Amino acid sequence: MTATRAEVCVVACAEAFRGDGEILAAGIGGAITMLAARLARLTFEPHLITHDGTCLLTGDVPPLGGTPGVVEGWLPLRDHLWLVLNGRRHVMLGASQLDRYGNSNISCIGDWARPRSQLLGVRGVPGNTVCGPTSYWIPKHSPRVFVPKVDMVSGVGHDRAAEAGPSAYRHHDLRRVVTDLAVLDFDTPDHSMRLASVHPGVTVAEVVERTGFRLAVPDTVPRTRLPTGEELRVLREVLDPGSLREREVPDPGPPGAPAAAAAPGPPGAASPRERGAPA
Amino acid sequence: MSGKVMSVEEIVGSLRSGMTVGIGGWGSRRKPMALVRALCRSPLEDLTIVSYGGADVGLLCAHGKVRRVIAPFVTLDSIPLEPHFRAARQSGAVEFTEYDEGMFMFGLLAAAHRLPFLPTRAGLGSDVTRVNPGLRTVRSPYPDGEELIAVPALTMDAALVHLNRADHLGNAQYLGPDPYFDDLYAKAAERCYVSCERLVDTADLLKEGPLQSLLISRSMVTGVVETPGGAHFSTCEPDYGRDETFQRAYVAAAADPQAWKAFRERYLSGDETSYQEAVRQAREGA
Repeated sequence: MTATRAEVCVVACAEAFRGDGEILAAGIGGAITMLAARLARLTFEPHLITHDGTCLLTGDVPPLGGTPGVVEGWLPLRDHLWLVLNGRRHVMLGASQLDRYGNSNISCIGDWARPRSQLLGVRGVPGNTVCGPTSYWIPKHSPRVFVPKVDMVSGVGHDRAAEAGPSAYRHHDLRRVVTDLAVLDFDTPDHSMRLASVHPGVTVAEVVERTGFRLAVPDTVPRTRLPTGEELRVLREVLDPGSLREREVPDPGPPGAPAAAAAPGPPGAASPRERGAPA
Repeated sequence: MSGKVMSVEEIVGSLRSGMTVGIGGWGSRRKPMALVRALCRSPLEDLTIVSYGGADVGLLCAHGKVRRVIAPFVTLDSIPLEPHFRAARQSGAVEFTEYDEGMFMFGLLAAAHRLPFLPTRAGLGSDVTRVNPGLRTVRSPYPDGEELIAVPALTMDAALVHLNRADHLGNAQYLGPDPYFDDLYAKAAERCYVSCERLVDTADLLKEGPLQSLLISRSMVTGVVETPGGAHFSTCEPDYGRDETFQRAYVAAAADPQAWKAFRERYLSGDETSYQEAVRQAREGA
């Protein structure tokens, strides 16, 4: 079976949860991240806790949009906010802007005092990023997202956490950024962003060109791993038979083929999820 | 029924311009929209609105009622961005105090417990401290010596919340999956007004929900009003879900001044009864 780009992305996001154990895997940056948490739980990380996108902790692992047959817990918003501070949660967030140290912005574009474009507001991202494991999912890798400097630091990156002192960096744990082109991490001496792998069919030059700041690029960049046959089966037959993943990341087809038209997303938003869930 | 039962006009009539008003619910969920619509019709202005914001904030901005918004976000959930709040921010029509969601909860908790502040890690290192230069830090007096943000109490003059059931004394019950923070709003405000889908006898409160669903005690409630459909177009589960069609129409109308004028004319020019009638007609026409 040949994996689509969306399927490669789901698996790359799922890999972010590897080793997390018995904590909440909160994929809230889109269909891909919710699928990633559920796929990890159904395959290599069985103790993960997953939710339904609102306030149920699911005892089984329903398909995207499906209702759980078993509920194992209740996480109303106030407990979700408690859980953020408590840290037993790895969140995969979206971002409208992201810089090389992993500072993110979902608040507004332009000057905060009189924004050119008001977005969501910081939501829970300031707390998320200084209190527990955080990764990002960016469905369209572009210089509009990967900027030299974000307009309003909502999520705290490595440099800003260090500057803000021990209370800010004690639990700061910014892990990786997965995009439709590549996996990025912060495994450099100054914790700036590094190209960790490129997805099949993507060149290093393409990623560099679509990143608005200087990206650390190792001499050899590995290819993002392909989904296993079992992972593809679980994704296609169990978790996402309606192929919502393909709407979020249209498959570019074989190299050289014209790209499929991207589904239009809401302005300024990272994904088509239900945005009422805490960030 | 006697007790604390009031009309939406009486509730709004008891408020004053310049007040700080908290609004319960979350995003586009269980918002006390009948009370918000009454606020829009009132002569009140210069309000400070404290809210996990949705169309409550947007509508009040669109009606020129707001001086300041205190919020971690304003969203319609299934539609991410609230058009009237965006317009108000982008034109500089309102002031904004932007908080992290957890910080905001600590502000409510502090007010509810009559504390001046509560410490939190949330906000450290982010630009929240840059855009709210009034925020102070506090150092732990214990050996850890941690320096944390001191979130000031979000004390309010009045809180408005919408629940599924209430009795005439103001005991109020939620039947949906999430209490949100409505009891904290009630405890954090000088006065709290409850609107509900249905007023019931006190003896009937446990017929529909368990003990734990009795969220707000009458000791925190100044007035209560029955407003069926009073959270429309936000959710009020299990009584009804979000009216997504209406919400889309609301957002579409906001994109154009003429369309917005027509929308206001059709839905918001009369009282709550005529609003609900216009919604019913729109639904039957659809």
